[in-house]
Amino acid sequence: MKAAPFQYHDPTSIDEAIDLLGKLENAKVLAGGQSLMAMLNMRYAQPDHVVDINRIADLSYIREANGALVIGAMTRQRDLEFSDLVRRTCPILHEAIQHVGHRQTRNRGTVGGSLCHLDPSAELAAMAALHNATLTVAGPKGSRELAFKEFALGFMTPALEVDEILTAIRIEFWPKGHGYGFLEFARRHGDFAVASAGALITLDAKGLIDRASLVIGGVGSVPTRVESAEQILLGTQPTQAVFEEAARACKSIEALDDIHAPASYRLHLAETLARRALAKALLSLRSDGEQ
Amino acid sequence: MSIQAAPSQRKETKVFGKRVPRLEDLPLVKGLGRFVADLSFPHQLYMRVVRSPIAHGTITRIDADEARKAPGVVAIWTHADIAAYPLIDFRDPSAEALMPYRQPLLAKDRVRYVGEPIAVVFAESAYLAEDAADLVFAEIDELPPHMDAQADCASFAPGISTEPIVLKQGFGDLPGAFASAHCVVELELSIGRHSGVPMECRGAIGRYDAAQDVLELWGAAKVPLRNRETMARYFQRSSASVQLYELHVGGGFGVRGELYPEDFLVCAASMTLGRPIKWIEDRREHLMATNQSREQYHRVRAAVDQNGRILALSDVFFHDQGAYVRTHGARVADLTIGMLPGPYHVPVYQGIGHFRLTNKTPAATYRSPGRYEGSFVRERLVDAIAAKLGLDRIEVRRRNLIPSADMPYTRQLGALGTEVVLDSGDYAGLLQTSIDRFGWDELQKTIRVRRAQGEFVGAGIAMFLEKSGMGPSDSVTVSVDPMGFVEVVTGGASVGQGFETAMAQICAETLGVDYRRIRVVHGQTDRIRFGIGAHASRATVMTGNAVHAAATNVRDLALKHASVLLQAPAELLDIVDGIVVRKGSPSGPTISLGQLSRQLSPGPEAIARGTNGLSCEGWFYADHMTYPYGVHLALVRVDGETGQVFVERYMVASDVGRAVNPMIVEGQVVGGVAQGLGGALYEQFRYSDTGQPLSLNFAEYLIPTAHEVPDVEVIVAEDAPSPLNPLGIKGAGEGGCTGVGAAIASAVDDAIGIPGAITSLPITPAKLKALLKNRRDNSNGDST
Repeated sequence: MKAAPFQYHDPTSIDEAIDLLGKLENAKVLAGGQSLMAMLNMRYAQPDHVVDINRIADLSYIREANGALVIGAMTRQRDLEFSDLVRRTCPILHEAIQHVGHRQTRNRGTVGGSLCHLDPSAELAAMAALHNATLTVAGPKGSRELAFKEFALGFMTPALEVDEILTAIRIEFWPKGHGYGFLEFARRHGDFAVASAGALITLDAKGLIDRASLVIGGVGSVPTRVESAEQILLGTQPTQAVFEEAARACKSIEALDDIHAPASYRLHLAETLARRALAKALLSLRSDGEQ
Repeated sequence: MSIQAAPSQRKETKVFGKRVPRLEDLPLVKGLGRFVADLSFPHQLYMRVVRSPIAHGTITRIDADEARKAPGVVAIWTHADIAAYPLIDFRDPSAEALMPYRQPLLAKDRVRYVGEPIAVVFAESAYLAEDAADLVFAEIDELPPHMDAQADCASFAPGISTEPIVLKQGFGDLPGAFASAHCVVELELSIGRHSGVPMECRGAIGRYDAAQDVLELWGAAKVPLRNRETMARYFQRSSASVQLYELHVGGGFGVRGELYPEDFLVCAASMTLGRPIKWIEDRREHLMATNQSREQYHRVRAAVDQNGRILALSDVFFHDQGAYVRTHGARVADLTIGMLPGPYHVPVYQGIGHFRLTNKTPAATYRSPGRYEGSFVRERLVDAIAAKLGLDRIEVRRRNLIPSADMPYTRQLGALGTEVVLDSGDYAGLLQTSIDRFGWDELQKTIRVRRAQGEFVGAGIAMFLEKSGMGPSDSVTVSVDPMGFVEVVTGGASVGQGFETAMAQICAETLGVDYRRIRVVHGQTDRIRFGIGAHASRATVMTGNAVHAAATNVRDLALKHASVLLQAPAELLDIVDGIVVRKGSPSGPTISLGQLSRQLSPGPEAIARGTNGLSCEGWFYADHMTYPYGVHLALVRVDGETGQVFVERYMVASDVGRAVNPMIVEGQVVGGVAQGLGGALYEQFRYSDTGQPLSLNFAEYLIPTAHEVPDVEVIVAEDAPSPLNPLGIKGAGEGGCTGVGAAIASAVDDAIGIPGAITSLPITPAKLKALLKNRRDNSNGDST
């Protein structure tokens, strides 16, 4: 369990990093290293060059800008966990982050690292999908922005060129007092989720659902927004029956099949967790209203 | 000048049975310990093992040319380079039929599991060794892998079947008993493949000291003295020229400290290459190379009368040994048969074990070998008897327990080469104590209320019978130096279980010294001629009683000599905190053990007396094992939709005869429960149809963490001291593990309301979900 030989680079600016990535063959970006280091040691990954971006300043921040949460790609997951701004403006993110690995890995693991690794079970990827977050990517020709839907191309495949680096993620706020619920199923606490569900809802003056977002993680090859379920929810009274119907729509996901769970069980979990996440979202809305 | 304990510290001499802090913890908690990976010798080379990527196949060619040219490579061996070395022998004499199934150091022309060593690289660093190992290319023609121990046997080698032996033990008229039974209860049950996964992986440093002509193996564990014999035999060297050294050991559990191919390879290479050879196993290797365990498939039947009393028990099982038979021979299957009847009166019994090889990593003992498996089978059966006859689960157990009046109870079975004679026990008494302490009857009401609210919650019970104190003998030397410090030289071993503290406590109590002034030596073959080590819950029973014998001899010698000096009969003297005093005469003349040691130092008088120094040997011999027993109780909740099991409460009542240190016993029990829970709910070595291992890291092989293990309530019972040793001790190392699979299964059955639902371990959420779905489908069917 010793890494194969590679050359180590530690640029101090984005431009320098992009320049290196453009010139080097078979290079890999090192962010928090919580997946990459293990993959190197197991020799699952054998890059010729590792470009460590930890020495680049100004990639770690959590800010509010124009009604959105903007997070620097090198922000440690632990910082997100303890951010008052996150807790206040995006409470579901605060909830989800606590399921990311263990506190030791969150101390080091970064937001951008998780998004670029794009494990189908990753909570941060699920959150990005749930909000259809906007990602900022820097490359040799400057920066570009793309929605998470365009970013998550497929199983552990982000839409990044070899000479591009994710620099920031922007999450639009939901209205104050929105309902939210996040749940996941893992065999043990802290494991990669076999399945997860996140739900956001708001109600109109008549108590009907006027906005809904539902994401399922760990089941498909990327975290999946279940738009058919969202359509079922819109304009309805938030009842158990409606939630059940919406949850059933999650079974349309093309599910992974592996050592942890057969596809059929994953789909069952997706349905169960979706229903529970919606119920939890409704509950948070009500408890908020009572305050 | 004499060094004394700080004045503020209370003297700890009367410490037998006390919760005194462990002596061995300071370096461990401060990170100052020395595990084998921490040790290095000048000029050492690193060994990397090239392992078979194929489960079953014929090696046609191994190309190491490229690897030999890689930087830092000193040598690369394949089987051809070490063809003269024999197969790895069994530690104890084993059946002749098993001999062809022993493992070579490196595969010769056939590979039999993924992970089997096929070549080794010796290089200047661990990195370079691993780089070069990646360049070794083996051409292997694949053969169909044999992955199912229940399927028809295949061929291990030309003309040799994958079933070397069928073990059989029993007594009484089986057909007669079944013919006259009120009813017969029959189950098919299985236990998953899992094993001990210590925090520290294996490791070994082989070093040949040419100046002294001594072969050294560093990083020994478990049974260093027995392993020395095996090593000496293997390399055809005198025992005195082979030395094994135990360092800190990060967990044993049965798997660590057995001799594996790597242990012989580092020794062989150290002699051939003339440099120390270091090998440190990584976790991925560990999960494909270290002994696995447990996997068995049972078909068990009980003949019972109308009151639920067992008339006869018959069990036929298939034991999945994996690819080779390692140092234990067929021990696990043998123990399964010998211990299966447990604490119950079974008038007629037959156990048949099909010992079969497959193309998986070889198997051997893991904490509670044969008993974890057998307890699951037996306790499932008792639950099934209760369900079939509509009786209470606890009542059926009560009716079948061996009464204490029948002790000692001869089982008419053998285990580990000895006759099973249950030495002492009040099984029914401990059952009552534990269900009272668990609040079993009250709990039933709570469960009913919670079920009415829609929860799936239930309680389970299992009884266990353990064995411990495997003989035949242990010797110990206790010596007092002129400053009054005590050294206890044992043939025992520490795998982290608190061995040093327990031995020091026994010595302190017997001799009358502070236990912190005692240094306990273990695992060093150059310090003692005879010894066995730490396995089969034997250390405290066997080595502990030898410590007691040696310390008694030292005490007698000290008092005899002091009685001359103090002019008082020895019977009137006592030793208090290392000082010989007259009983009841605090102001009278005294002499310290240190002074006595100086007086007794070698010289003409001492030689004439036949005693040199204040030092004595002591022996303990036992031709029978002693049998701890106990009860496991569990309360679980099942998520009816996901099938996930949450263990809300867990209790173990364990009778250990006498507890030297209850805190350490509790620690042993809690650790055992955690491992037992792993096998019950999480841990499983899985393989694909082609024999590829699917559990090669801790995301795939799930060990329960602090989140999954509940606070374990432990009752350390001392109802039935063993009559077989002066201290009354029974082993405490395994009972915490033994009953967990059985108790959790019983509780899950109860929670989902389907008696007998759980027939296999581990109970995975997907499996449980399917059971619940069947139940729902069936009940829907009933209503239409």
